[in-house]
Amino acid sequence: MQQPNNIIYKIEMAELKEELKGKIIEVLNLEDIAVADIADSDPLFGEGLGLDSIDALELIVLMDKEYGIKLSDPKQGKSIFQSIDTMAAYIAENRTK
Amino acid sequence: MKRSIYINGIGAVTAQGVWRADFFVESHPLQHAVNAVQQPSYKELISPAMARRMSRGIKMGIYAAQQALDEAHITIPDAIITGTGLGCSEDSEKFLRNVLDNEEQFLTPTAFIQSTHNTVAAQIALRLGCKGYNFTYVNRSVSFESAVLDALMQLHDGEASSILVGAVDEISDHTARLLQLIGYIKPSDVHETVKESKSPGANYAESATFFTLSQEKTAQSYCEILDLCLQNKVSQSELPTFVDKFLKKNGLQLQDIDALVLGYSGDSDFDGWYEQAEQLFDATVSLYYKHLVGQCDTSSAFGLAMAAQFVSDQAIPETAQYNTTTLDRPLKNVLLYNQFRGEDHSLVLVRSC
Repeated sequence: MQQPNNIIYKIEMAELKEELKGKIIEVLNLEDIAVADIADSDPLFGEGLGLDSIDALELIVLMDKEYGIKLSDPKQGKSIFQSIDTMAAYIAENRTK
Repeated sequence: MKRSIYINGIGAVTAQGVWRADFFVESHPLQHAVNAVQQPSYKELISPAMARRMSRGIKMGIYAAQQALDEAHITIPDAIITGTGLGCSEDSEKFLRNVLDNEEQFLTPTAFIQSTHNTVAAQIALRLGCKGYNFTYVNRSVSFESAVLDALMQLHDGEASSILVGAVDEISDHTARLLQLIGYIKPSDVHETVKESKSPGANYAESATFFTLSQEKTAQSYCEILDLCLQNKVSQSELPTFVDKFLKKNGLQLQDIDALVLGYSGDSDFDGWYEQAEQLFDATVSLYYKHLVGQCDTSSAFGLAMAAQFVSDQAIPETAQYNTTTLDRPLKNVLLYNQFRGEDHSLVLVRSC
């Protein structure tokens, strides 16, 4: 695993977050929302983007399809899907593709 | 005693735009094989959070339904009944494409949920908070008429006092291509209006048309729906008996019909049924509408909207007239006749009120 203080790691994480925002907008068909409108620390559910339980299922499928991550424990979802920051960190740690 | 049933509200989203007062003044005959609707702005009716999961058919249905309810000053109807030939084909295609592209893996719920035929009626009910009877008929080209028949029976029996009845069919790319391959839709390089057409197939278009039907006659009432009948197979030689039997059941004769609304679609192989109907009513004004809103499994719903408007106005715009007979009497009884490729025949009788 790359070190968090490594400059390359920081660039890769920034790219991953941008990519993730784009995929979320596309998969969830978030009309009128651009990548720039989503802050890395914004809550994805409730306030912030206001996603719901069906979106959570879409995000689980997105993680599997795009990054090869299977979430077998639904309880994990709550912490992983808190924000783009938490999603990107989990993906960076666990991705298989 | 049989109750009178009135059309108290109409709404539509069509290739000519939404239902409005000058609809027939501003409309032009369609010439393309496949025609999308002119979309209104949905933002006032549907929140962005809801709209992002909805296909065009659902949005069109919600818009047309709300127009019909607003005209009738009804907030929540007692029942919602819809008809659709192909349902939400856009989401059906999306879901099936995902199944194929991803080898049956990674299937997401949204497209599947929204692909079912009863999604439109369900979404209208959810938005209104209507917990009444909710049903969708999928009977190809008599889907809408089946929905109206259900509504008429419920209103006649007093099980409901106002019912939202409508029809929706959207066009999706792959389905349109398949319908072109089997000759239901004209080839893309053929540009004929319904009247000019000398070729098989029809110009298709998506549309949504809704009505508020009620036992109560109001100042907004367009007309009364007297009766309706459906029959899967009627040969051209059997058509006179089919029509005559229906009229006699309602105490009418051929000469009592003041205008005939026909489902001419420009399909040279199947418009003969309408020519046969015109011959039966040789001194009667004949009208058509699919040149404006295109063909789909439920486009006959717009025929009813048009008839209701003309009966209410007691006037027929030139754009809707098929033959050259002029109307020289009050527009009292109007008969609608539709069929699809020689099957799914329907007759609907409306009267001024």
